[in-house]
Amino acid sequence: MSFIWLRTWHLGVKSLLLHPLRSLLTVLGIFIGVASVVWLLAIGEGISRKAQEQIEGLGATNIIIRSIKPPEESIESAGSSRSIVPYGVTRADFDRLITTIPTIDRALPIREARYRFGYLGRNTEGRLVGCTPEYAEVNQLEVARGRFLSDTDDHEKWNHCVLAAGTAEKLFPFEDPIGQAIRIEKAFYLVVGVMKDRTPTAGIGGSLTAQEFNNDVYIPINTFWSRIGDIIVTRRTGSFEGEMIELSQITLRVDEVENVLKTAALVKETLKLHHRKQDYAVTVPLELLKQAKTTRLMFIVFMGLIAAISLVVGGIGIMNIMLATVTERTREIGIRRALGAKRGDITRQFLVETVVLSVMGGATGILGGLTCRPLIGALRGIMQRTAPEVFEQLPDVIREVTPIIVPWSIPLAFGISVTIGVIFGLYPAIRAAAMDPIEALRHE
Amino acid sequence: MTPAARMLEATKQYVMDGGTVHALRGVSLEIPTGDYVAIMGPSGSGKSTLLNLLGCLDRPTSGRLMLGDEEISGASDDRLSEIRASHIGFIFQSYNLIPQLSVLENIEVPLYYQGRIDRRQRQRSHELAELVGLGDRLKHRPTQLSGGQQQRVAIARSLINDPYFILADEPTGNLDSVTSEEILRLLNDLNEQGKTIIIVTHEPEVGKLAKRVVRLQDGSICSDKRTRE
Ligand SMILES: Nc1ncnc2c1ncn2[C@@H]1O[C@H](COP(=O)(O)OP(=O)(O)O)[C@@H](O)[C@H]1O
Ligand SMILES: [Mg+2]
Repeated sequence: MSFIWLRTWHLGVKSLLLHPLRSLLTVLGIFIGVASVVWLLAIGEGISRKAQEQIEGLGATNIIIRSIKPPEESIESAGSSRSIVPYGVTRADFDRLITTIPTIDRALPIREARYRFGYLGRNTEGRLVGCTPEYAEVNQLEVARGRFLSDTDDHEKWNHCVLAAGTAEKLFPFEDPIGQAIRIEKAFYLVVGVMKDRTPTAGIGGSLTAQEFNNDVYIPINTFWSRIGDIIVTRRTGSFEGEMIELSQITLRVDEVENVLKTAALVKETLKLHHRKQDYAVTVPLELLKQAKTTRLMFIVFMGLIAAISLVVGGIGIMNIMLATVTERTREIGIRRALGAKRGDITRQFLVETVVLSVMGGATGILGGLTCRPLIGALRGIMQRTAPEVFEQLPDVIREVTPIIVPWSIPLAFGISVTIGVIFGLYPAIRAAAMDPIEALRHE
Repeated sequence: MTPAARMLEATKQYVMDGGTVHALRGVSLEIPTGDYVAIMGPSGSGKSTLLNLLGCLDRPTSGRLMLGDEEISGASDDRLSEIRASHIGFIFQSYNLIPQLSVLENIEVPLYYQGRIDRRQRQRSHELAELVGLGDRLKHRPTQLSGGQQQRVAIARSLINDPYFILADEPTGNLDSVTSEEILRLLNDLNEQGKTIIIVTHEPEVGKLAKRVVRLQDGSICSDKRTRE
């Protein structure tokens, strides 16, 4: 049994090598189809893995509202010539949201600004974050030494601060920061804790820049409001520019995952009623997941279509070539039948040839599929250089995707190619076997 | 001793649009082992049809055919293939070697359809190639050989399964007279070694070499003469 198969394979390869170019071209369709299968699964996996990470970073039950500076025109059209422009979500919004929406079980007000921090002669720039004690937990920040901000710090509006790992490293390369006071603008803040290193999370609010925690300084939000206030003036080449923001961000946590989308809709409506300008953005991590799922689905449908079409076209190509081969080799079929080949032997012989073809397509297709990651990287690079506008238009998920080869896609792709070979090879093989040996022998 | 083949009142009809063609009309024939039979007759008299029946490439419309002890008339398609693979040797007018196979591989084809090739059989295919004078051409392709050489390969191939008989349909039809003579001498030698040979020919000289001449006319045997023992 095994001997017969071995000989049949040997013979199949030999017969195909009689027309190497023809065999190669026949294989092309299967190659594209199989490579597409590997690609689509790798890209799909990359998208969902990325979305998963984003959700993990942002929290599936969270709704994040960020203040954003509205476009210049809309400020001017508002008829204001003030140099200090108020925008963003307010303390009133915050109170309104937590009192009117029952499914919100926790809300974090956050106020951020960029500042220079000083200790003795050393200076560093970073993000000053006014927040409540829950901030650390929500952002998965861990204390390295000392403690994070407490409720008392907040209520009493104490000048206490906690340093992120990077800030601590820069301001206190040699000393223990705990118990020292750092300078922010003209005020001093007592360091009560230092946080551990934290990898950046995915971007929110439509921006691609990841949230970087390592250069932060945390102070109680009430301290921020009372010491620094809502107005921040920055000097810019001779002129002053002022901004008035009450809250940079509100992170809402919803009680149940099922309620997230309904709550998000309510939040958006509530905010809309009180904002004439689009000076805030609402990010729902769960929606990111949904969006990623749709994009992934779109990709799978699209690539699946390409795969299906090229597999069918490849299969038809194989069938076409095999039908021609069978006709061409009618005489050989007659000889083999006369010398003792059963119908089954002839069927097997031609079936093996198609399977060899499709497996060649499958194997090269798998290799082509494995190049997915470097190839997409290269493609992205080329696009960024030659057509940056088009590139910008692409959805984030596509711009950022890192394909991940799904291990089982390889046996799957292999199985598909063998199946195609069998399906499209069966008819020519059966036709070959059905020939009358005497007729076949007489064929010129 | 059982004859190599026995045919009893075999008929063969081809049904076509224009009516039925009676290719054979009740042929009875017995081929003893070791015989050398020439089948002769005008074109269309049924020679090839008779040979196809003896070679189990076709079944008679009616009548019986026995090969050795086995009744062939009702055998299945697969059984006929098995019989061809194990008990019949074919030599064709146009050699009919498989172009992508080497000389040695062509000789071994019937073994392949018997199921297995062991070392003894591989040894035998080498010996047969030597026997037909092609021991130094084992790796050659058919296209690299002359007509006479190709027919020698076909003869070696017809011997590989140690058949009940060898069927040759106009084996010298495509060869020049010198090469024809060589091939006929080879067949004669084989017969002298005990091989049963049935040869279809319309050349009288070829017929003279056989031990027995069967003449067909319009699908029936019109004469069956033994010319030598
Ligand atoms: N497959 C076939 N279909 C129809 N008629 C056939 C077929 N094969 C042979 N015949 C007819 O049967 C008769 C005998 O043919 P054949 O055995 O080939 O004769 P020979 O070999 O003696 O020339 C002829 O009349 C031929 O036309
Ligand atoms: Mg004939």
